[in-house]
Parts: sequence; C-alpha cells; structure tokens
Amino acid sequence: MRLTILALWCALALSAQMKAPTDEASLREGLKLYQFHCSFCHGKGDDGMAANLVTPNLVHAPTDASLVNIIRNGIGGTDMPPALGMSEQEMLMVAGYVRSLGRTAPTSIAGDAAKGKALYLGKGGCAGCHMVDGKGGRSGPDLTLIGAMRSPGNLRTSIVDPNASMVGGWSMVHLTLKSGQKVSGIRLNEDNFHVSLRDGKGKIQTIAKAEAVKIDRDLTRSSMPAYGKVFSEDEMTDLIAYLFSLRGAL
Amino acid sequence: MKILLALSTAALLSAQAPSGDWLHFQGNPQGHRFSPLKQINKTNASRLKLAWAMQIDKTDKFEASPIADNGILYVSEPPSDVSAIESRSGKVLWRYKRVLPDSVAYCCGRVNRGVAKLGDLVFIGTLDAHLVALDAATGHVVWDVEMADIKKGYSSTVAPLIVKDKVIIGSAGGEFGVRGYIAAYEAKTGKQAWRLYTVPSAGDKATETWLGDSYKYGSATTWVTGSYDPSTNLIFWGTGNPGPDWKGDKRRGDNLYSDSILAIDADTGKMKWYFQFTPHDVHDWDATQVPVLVDEMWKGKMRKLVLFANRNAFYYVFDRETGEYLLGKQYVRQTWAQPELDAKGRPVRLPNTAPTPNGTVVYPNSPGATNFQAPSYSPQTKLHYVMTRDEGGVFYSGDDTYKEGSWYLAGRFVSKPGEEATGAIKAMDFTTGKAKWEYALSGASWSGVLSTAGGLVFAATGDGDMLALDDTTGKLLWRFPMGGKAFANPISYLAADGKQHVAIACGHTLFSFTVE
Repeated sequence: MRLTILALWCALALSAQMKAPTDEASLREGLKLYQFHCSFCHGKGDDGMAANLVTPNLVHAPTDASLVNIIRNGIGGTDMPPALGMSEQEMLMVAGYVRSLGRTAPTSIAGDAAKGKALYLGKGGCAGCHMVDGKGGRSGPDLTLIGAMRSPGNLRTSIVDPNASMVGGWSMVHLTLKSGQKVSGIRLNEDNFHVSLRDGKGKIQTIAKAEAVKIDRDLTRSSMPAYGKVFSEDEMTDLIAYLFSLRGAL
Repeated sequence: MKILLALSTAALLSAQAPSGDWLHFQGNPQGHRFSPLKQINKTNASRLKLAWAMQIDKTDKFEASPIADNGILYVSEPPSDVSAIESRSGKVLWRYKRVLPDSVAYCCGRVNRGVAKLGDLVFIGTLDAHLVALDAATGHVVWDVEMADIKKGYSSTVAPLIVKDKVIIGSAGGEFGVRGYIAAYEAKTGKQAWRLYTVPSAGDKATETWLGDSYKYGSATTWVTGSYDPSTNLIFWGTGNPGPDWKGDKRRGDNLYSDSILAIDADTGKMKWYFQFTPHDVHDWDATQVPVLVDEMWKGKMRKLVLFANRNAFYYVFDRETGEYLLGKQYVRQTWAQPELDAKGRPVRLPNTAPTPNGTVVYPNSPGATNFQAPSYSPQTKLHYVMTRDEGGVFYSGDDTYKEGSWYLAGRFVSKPGEEATGAIKAMDFTTGKAKWEYALSGASWSGVLSTAGGLVFAATGDGDMLALDDTTGKLLWRFPMGGKAFANPISYLAADGKQHVAIACGHTLFSFTVE
C-alpha cells in the first residue's frame, strides 16, 4: 500500500448509503426541477435524445449516490453536463424523481426477442456492422448495452430513419488526396491539420489535410441504411424487443 | 486473427521491437524500459520540445504508462478507462469508458498503470477486478471476465504482461486481507489458463510460516507488472505485503510468499523458485518492483541474472535459472536491519523496529526505498537506473479483526515529523550494488525511469519537472516543467512521421516530447 486514505474511504462508505426520497411532495418538487434542468435532452425520460431514464437499471447509476454524483458532475466525455444551481437536497429530489420513472418501467415490451435476434443476425445482417458481446463488425456503435441506453421508440427511429438519430463519433468522412486517391472512413478525429479515420477494413489512418484536395463530411447522413422497408411491422417489433433486451451483465 | 496473433507474438518476444514501437509495459518482456531509438541523444536533448499534450477529464491519479503500436498509443486512464491516441498529434481516436460499481474497495486511489496489446486486442485489468479485451480498432469490448470478487476486497490496477498467447495479470487488494494471485488468461477467449496463489492453501507446507489460519487473509498481492524470460520460459513477478500490514503478532512466521520474487513456469503457472526479501514484514514493504532480467558476466562467467532494487532498502542480484542469491547490498538509508544481509540474503532484523501502539521510528518509511516507480536498464551502460526515496516513518500498531471486504491494516504510519522526503535517481552498478552516479531530488518522486540508446535517462521530479540526464554521468541536459505531480513512467516511440518521441503522464495530462 502506498498511502492510506481512510477519510476518503469513510466518505465513500457513507455516500453509498445515500437514499433518494420517495414521498410525494419530494417527487413533485423533483419533477419540477427535472423539467427545468433535464427534460431538454431527456424529454419525458424515454423519448429524448439522451439516455433512457425509464428503466429500473440505469447503466451509469446503480445506486442513488452514483445518480446524485452524475447529476452533480455530469459524465465526462459525454454530452451529460454537470447540473448548475441545484443544492444537494434538490439533486436528491431529482434523483428520487428519476428513480420513480424506473419503478413504473415496463418489465416487457411487445415482440419476441428470440425471433428478433434471428432477424438481427439473418435478414438484417446487423452484425456485419455492430458488435454485441464482443462479436460483430466495427462500422457502427457497440449494441451490447443498447437496451439500457435507449427507449423502444428511439430504437425504432434509429432503424427506420438512421439520419434522425445520429450518434457522435460515427459520421463518415471522404477525402480526395492530391494523388487522386480517395479515402473514406468513420471520422475519429479532425483538427486544423489532420483527419483521423477508420477505414472499411478497420485500419486507422491519420491524413494531413495539406495532402487532401477535397474533404466531405457526412454530418447529417448516417452510414447506416434505412431498414424501414426491410422488415414487416411484426419483424420490426421483434427486432426492437431483441435490442431492448440487450443490457449486458449490469 | 490467428496469424495476426502469431506475428505479434514474435514481435513481442524479440528483445526490443525494431520498429520503434513500445509493445510492453516495460518496453520489452525482460523489464528493461530501454528504448533502442537514438534520434534524441546527448547532442540534441537540449532542443527537446513539447510536441503535444492530451488532457484527461478525471481527477484521479494518472499512473499509466502507454503502449505504442504502429503510430497509435494505447493508454489507460483512471479509474479503468482506455484511450487510443494518434501518436504524432495526441488526438484521441476512441475511448472506452468502464462503468464501475460503487462498492469497489481500493487502498490508494482509483488508479490503473497501463494496458497490454496482442494482435487486434487491447487488455485492461479493471478496478472491479475484471480482465477486459477491447478491439484495438474501435475500443469495443470483445470479452470481459471477472477475475475475483470485489466484495472480498479484490481490485486490479496492474498493467498486464503478454507472454506468448496469454495475458498475465496480478491482483490488488493487499490492505483488505485478500488472497493474492497471478493468473494467465488465453488472449483470444479470456479463458483462464492457470492461477498461482501467492499465499498457501490449507495443507501446503508454507502454511507453517503463518500462525494458525492467518494465511487465509495473507494478501501478498501482485499489483506491479513482472517480467518474462523466453530463454527459460519463466515469468518473474514480485509479491506484496502480508496482511494485516502493521501488526505481526497475528501472523507470526515468515509469511510465505509475501514480499518475494516468484519464478513461474509460463505454461503451467507452477512456481520454480522463490526468494523472500523481507520475511515477516511489518512495515508494508511490498516487493512489487519490476524484476530486470539481463544476461551478463558475473565473476568471469556469463550468467542469466535478475536485478531487483527492493522497497526494503536492499539491492539484490540472483541467478534466474536457479534462484541462487548472488548479491545483496543496502542502497538507501535504513535502520531496521544490520547493514549486511546474511549469507543466504536474509536480513538480520534489529530489535525494537516493529510498530508499537506509541509509534516506532524506522527508515525507510512505509512507501519504501523505491516502490512502483519503474526502473530502467541500459545494455549500453550496463547500469540499472532506479528512482529512490529517503524518508523516515513512525509506525503504529493497532488492532483489526478480519472482516470480508474491509480494511485489514492493524496500524498506521506517518512520515517522521520535521522531515521531508527526498529522493535520487540512482545509476546502480549491479556488479557491486553501489550507485555509479546519482541525481539528487529535493523531494521524492513517484515517476519511473527510461533509458535510451541516445545515451539519455528520462524521469520526472516529484513536482513534475521532466528531466533528461546523461546516462553515464547523471548530468542534467534538459528539463521541462509539466506543472503537476508525476506518478507514471516515461516511454519512447517512433510516431507515424518517423520522429522519436518521449511520453509521460503527469498531473492529468499525457505529455509527448520530440526534437524539432
């Protein structure tokens, strides 16, 4: 051991026991605060562009303490910002309200997840681009936890109209180099001087902009085709049931 | 995948990858932290400039040492995240963020010391004691296995070591009465190939070195990366303190295999030999330093050696085929043992040096003469560069009863009042156990050391000045104030444009330097 941080440990142990309120007055106050601070991104909880909150198991917040911590500090590296201007008590009430959304979450949705999995692997060919539990392609987001992250409605939108549900870090970039060579891939990073992309073979390349005569970015067009016409309505329901069941081990 | 793995294994086993990549925690499996690159050398070191800096968005200590492979750096960020970084520009290509349970027990911050890579996979041991394989192109999880139960106090902070087709990894949790282990997992599948516990099982003869059933909570964790010798197919790995840390009454005896170096068959996980540096340790002097493997002349004969600068203030040399003890010398101030070890290398403990309820002053302090700061060995100078610290401590004994997942310390320590820790980068001559030169530091540093074929030694001071020293004299050639505390180890690599860089994490930033 290098340094003993007993005080920190004690603080953590205490915070792990933090409980969000469940009484009606607190929930009403929590709703008001939620509407002011959270609903712009999270909508009513399951229809916003941010993570689905109508679930009993929040991926990033297994306990009330961790939920308050996320409200207080945001989630680094994501679009979730820290809350500004809320007291500790108010954050606890928001946490209580968010938990109440999960308590009424449907335990099951329509559709047959097993049939949906067969469609995912077969007719849809989804695994060609997406990974689940370490298996699949690298051209799209990992779906291992997608059921915990998205609502069924949002999943449907993503399949029918991928452009309406673009995910950061997955847009395409197309470069034409001075040599005439064309290079395309998922845009991983772009600054004033370079573009880094992952090409169709999964190889990461960094190209100096000075070498490019043309750079096209698909910022509003997903590289995923629309699958609305590929599946029947029943098949779509089954596929969504499968995706909604993907919650990893959490 | 199979072909890729095979090719990569060949590159990983070579003494040093010729490409300018940095493929292991220590650069090579032998634990040298030596770069064969010499674009940056004694004549141009004064022109070193910051090439880029990459800031992380965490406030935990940044202890990681990156891996560099084909123009991309893979570095762990605290607590258990991984980023892939374009090595010329410092721009992030992908980032894996691990969701941790709230209930993880850890002693010394939510830290991680680095990743390993084999073929298309990047491996990280996580604070919640899982081993995770990530797809190197996307950061997606390819497999994720639980190594141990966090409810018992286990965690993982060590950078794994690749040995052939396996990922070798150690355990943390030595302050929670866990049972330390070193384990091997199949890189491709995550299936455990073997596991060697560092404290004995019931019925083993080594239980006789523990009072009663105290071995059950014996700790001896393995939280710093070991080394591998392809010529003997042995893994060498250091083990940590026995538990509880500061009161020995409950665990009278030598407490095997705590504070030891273990030589382990890489295929079977069987222990071939061991040497215990600090029998019945009561000062928390984990022997979790990196074993440095060299083939050099020893008294007129070429031998396969292990060099080991220990936390207990003694410097050791062994024959790594047989475990024969060849040399042991005090190399940092100490007051707990006779200055000379006995003929077998066992310390002769002085009276009245154990912790007491009212406090006992001992040198070195609990953080020791050196600790997790990675050492370096230059085959050019044949010197073993070690970051050392000099500080006294007051050790108090207390009382703790083992409770699953809770602190199991039975005491505490403080720095000796009225003194400040100092330190030095020491260039150890392994043939004598004496420093050929040393570069004194006004405060102690947690940075490791890198040496290069350019004749340079790199390390950071405790307050974050990056230094370049002449490897034969210790003369300062360049410095750069990074403006944060350094807890990490420097590496060197060739970026995609063919330029040599030197990189180190400091504060909450990864810095990369090059010569214009």
